[in-house]
Amino acid sequence: MLNIKCPYCGDRSQKEFAYGGDGTITRPKLNQEISDEEWDNFVYLRKSPRGKHIELWHHIAGCRQWFKVERDTTTHEIFKTFKPEE
Amino acid sequence: MSQNFRLNTGGLINRDKPIEFKFNGKKYIGYEGDTLASALLANGIHLIGRSFKYHRPRGFFGAGVDEPNAKMQVEINGCSEPNINATEIELVNGLSASSQNCWPSVNFDIGAINNFLNRFFPAGFYYKTFMWPKSFWYRVYEPFIRKAAGLGIASLEKDKERYEHKYEYCDLLVTGSGPAGLASAYAAAKNGAKVILAEDKPRYGGTLLTDDVTIDNLSGKDWSEKIISELKEMPNVIVKNRSQVFGYYDHNMMVMFERTGDHLEKKTKYTPRQRLWYIRAKEVLLSTGSIERPIVFGNNDTPGVFLSAAAKEYMKVYGVLIGKKPIIFTNNDSGYETAIEFKKNGVNPIVLDTREDQNSELINEAKDLDIKIKFSYAVIVAHGYKKVKSATIGKLNKDKIDFENTEQINCDSICVSGFWTPTVHLASQSGNKLKFNDSIDAFVPDKSKQNEHSLGAANGTFTLQDTLKNSINTGSEVSKNITKKDEKIQIPNTNERKYSAHDKFWCSPLPKGKNYKRFVDFQNDVAVSDIEVALREGYRSIEHVKRYTTLGMATDQGRTSNLNGLQLVANVEKKIVPQVGHTTFRPPFTPVTIGTIVGREIGKEYMPTRKTPMHHWHEKNNAVWVDAGAWKRPRYYKRGNENLFEASKREAKNVRDHVGVCDVTTLGKIDIKGPDAAEFLNRVYTNAWLKLPVGKARYGVMLREDGIVMDDGTTTRISENHYHMTTTTAQAANVLSHLEYYLQIVWPELNVNVVSTTEQWAGAAIAGPKSRDLLAKLFPKIDVSNEALPFMGYVEGDLFGVKARIFRISFSGELAYEINVESDFGLFMWEKIIDIGEEFNIQPYGTEALSTLRIEMGHVAGPELDGRTIPYDVSLEGLVSKKKDFIGKRSLAKEAFNKADRQKIVGLVPLDRKSSIPEGSHLVENKNAKLPNPKLGHVSSSCWSVENNNPFSLAILKDGKNMIGKKLFAVSPLKNTSIEVEVMSSHYVDHEGKRVRS
Repeated sequence: MLNIKCPYCGDRSQKEFAYGGDGTITRPKLNQEISDEEWDNFVYLRKSPRGKHIELWHHIAGCRQWFKVERDTTTHEIFKTFKPEE
Repeated sequence: MSQNFRLNTGGLINRDKPIEFKFNGKKYIGYEGDTLASALLANGIHLIGRSFKYHRPRGFFGAGVDEPNAKMQVEINGCSEPNINATEIELVNGLSASSQNCWPSVNFDIGAINNFLNRFFPAGFYYKTFMWPKSFWYRVYEPFIRKAAGLGIASLEKDKERYEHKYEYCDLLVTGSGPAGLASAYAAAKNGAKVILAEDKPRYGGTLLTDDVTIDNLSGKDWSEKIISELKEMPNVIVKNRSQVFGYYDHNMMVMFERTGDHLEKKTKYTPRQRLWYIRAKEVLLSTGSIERPIVFGNNDTPGVFLSAAAKEYMKVYGVLIGKKPIIFTNNDSGYETAIEFKKNGVNPIVLDTREDQNSELINEAKDLDIKIKFSYAVIVAHGYKKVKSATIGKLNKDKIDFENTEQINCDSICVSGFWTPTVHLASQSGNKLKFNDSIDAFVPDKSKQNEHSLGAANGTFTLQDTLKNSINTGSEVSKNITKKDEKIQIPNTNERKYSAHDKFWCSPLPKGKNYKRFVDFQNDVAVSDIEVALREGYRSIEHVKRYTTLGMATDQGRTSNLNGLQLVANVEKKIVPQVGHTTFRPPFTPVTIGTIVGREIGKEYMPTRKTPMHHWHEKNNAVWVDAGAWKRPRYYKRGNENLFEASKREAKNVRDHVGVCDVTTLGKIDIKGPDAAEFLNRVYTNAWLKLPVGKARYGVMLREDGIVMDDGTTTRISENHYHMTTTTAQAANVLSHLEYYLQIVWPELNVNVVSTTEQWAGAAIAGPKSRDLLAKLFPKIDVSNEALPFMGYVEGDLFGVKARIFRISFSGELAYEINVESDFGLFMWEKIIDIGEEFNIQPYGTEALSTLRIEMGHVAGPELDGRTIPYDVSLEGLVSKKKDFIGKRSLAKEAFNKADRQKIVGLVPLDRKSSIPEGSHLVENKNAKLPNPKLGHVSSSCWSVENNNPFSLAILKDGKNMIGKKLFAVSPLKNTSIEVEVMSSHYVDHEGKRVRS
């Protein structure tokens, strides 16, 4: 069970969080002209690297904030956690 | 019954307290402080089970977690459990144990014929034999294997014991209370660190209880008692015995189980049997010690063959002799300690040392005691079937690959010592890649991947002085970094014997022409020949050899077999052990009961139960419950002998004819506030929200980015910047997370706040032609006319002094209102509605009637919004704005979503107007067509239409738009039905939606 430092609440057990997927995705702007391919990439394509990765996590049983986690997907080492605007 | 093998004095048992127990139906006496194993040995019982594959007689081999054989079916307090290690369970009154894996008895076991057929049970036997024919697998082979391979019988009774979970945080977790554990815990505790010291045995001290050493002029046992009592006094220290740390997980999450109940004579109702600890430790110190390695020889699994340290432990801790005529077979000095202990207790052992004569403190001491020693000797084979009777021994030649001469000597036990293997399981679990240490012929921890250190024997340090020094230093260092305190601890003086170098000898060679079974892994019955077969057949990777031969795969995790197995592979492959590598250690280190893992999360405590404020009223009025997520909802209210079908029909009919009331508290409710709330809703929902006036509700549909419908519900504008959103019961949590995601990650510039208010509001829906009359009586001051409170209108009111929100929304398709009050007044509201509604023939209705009402109206719900449908599919395309953008809109332009024959919701009625159509039925054109019969769609929801008094279903049908009027078959292979149906509009009742607006 991971130990995750919520940038708002501090160190908490993984039990309090929900995984939110790839944190490097940017949603296309509203009303933006966009090709089928670009849109499909946004909807379906996710990075799943071996090693360092930026992920979204949601402090679902806590402050209910979404935040980002830089984590090694093989060793589970967490390098840092940060607010989405950081 | 006498304890013939109990010494007259000595041991740490309580001789004043005899304990009666049973083994295989016979009564025996042991003492308090005994394990089941030591008590049986005191009574001279050695034959305790049959081996896994060949059903060979097996006896005790170790004295603790190292024991591979003594797995028993144990019954305490009427609770029967298999695979209990007899060397670990403490003796209590009334304990009853029996042998496993033998039939009809341990003395006469029919399965032992396997031993004589062992040519037919080679390595990989199961893989080779049970391959063919396929159909034999589950009819013949599997039942046979299951019966034959039995390791105990799981109880079919419900486990009545209580198990608990506990969470703990600490600076340091120290696993094991031997010299390394005690010294490091003490040093860290002195620095003020929060320390947990865990010991798996009942007694603290580890090897200090059995080794002949002094620390600061105290015996090892006295020193450990002194340290433990000091630690127990310290408020920053938790000391736990009977506690096994069995798992090392990510980020220093350690899992431990504590045996809290089994050793107690009297338990209260609330005494847990075992407790599972989740411990998050900043640092972990692994002082797990080491386990003695066997030396492999012929018939080395015969009862009476022991690890030499175990024999010593039985004497020193339990006052029990494992034999009165022992052979000590050793390749190092440890065996002499056991020999000396025997001699002190009046038994004359004979020592066979594989090394040549040499000078060492221990050997000289043994010589001084007149102990008979034969150097360069080894045991070739043990004789005796159910107990060792004699052994053939031999003088090793120079290369130690053959014998110069052999002789047979009488004996009743053989104690082997093949040097020591550090217990590296937890270190390995932490991600530490082990390295091979040549000087001890074993793996030791290498670089830490997590915050852990291995100390003492677990790290390959076998002298007491070095162990204490390193452990105190590490304990101080690690705790200092956490507490910033530096209390210097004196390294104690020790007195211990110096060891001479051990011999690498690990397996007696087979004399020419002999074919003795030489076991490497006792628990899984893996002999040298099995591993050789695997290698001959081309298995090279040690992981493959392990799986093919099952070497080291049983509950003892190869604690005594692992290194000898590697050594053998290395020899055959002409490699060295580090080139062979080692297999991965995984949790749990020792078996854990399922009850402990489950804890209290069982039965109705498996997950929380959510009850609405009106729950007890429903209960009193014969509600039959249905689970809706964690919620309990009334499915129907039973009257007399009604069944589900009759009751739901009555309730639904009453809504259509008069008025009904339904508890809708469980619907998700989200409060939305902020100046950008309207803009936010406009992006979340598919329809337009900017112009919704205050005091009005609107129905909305939200999509996922992939265009699939996520949820639907109504949202009401309470005031300028304040909205009240409702979601389906099932999707409430997901929708909230979804909204938070967009507000926090995608559009942080929007000034909007969302919060769940599901539990803050109790809701009651009143539906039916009389609902307006009822509403007028509930709220006499409010104008409830169609003009003042039209469909999708909202007004706040006063319900006999309670603030209420009134929404004119309808799920049933009838004229209907939903009333919300604060949860504390939910029951008050409900009872008022029932009371006042009486004159209008009000009846409560449950979820079954609710479904009936919505299905015949063609309203979609969960079964239609199943994660595969877009708005068009469920005829909600009218709510999709062409002008504005919203979540998921771009996906709706996909080619597949715009095909002319795209699936669409339709209604179905059976041609006979009688047969109910099972939900999940497939729709086909021709029920007799050849398979695969093209599937045109599926039935999503079914009900008995109370309006038309015949079955009616909703279905998602390919090209549904153009199928109205067609006849199809609804086929359910599960229910074995095939019903001819007519396709019609999904709106079976009130086509134009007049009633909700009336």
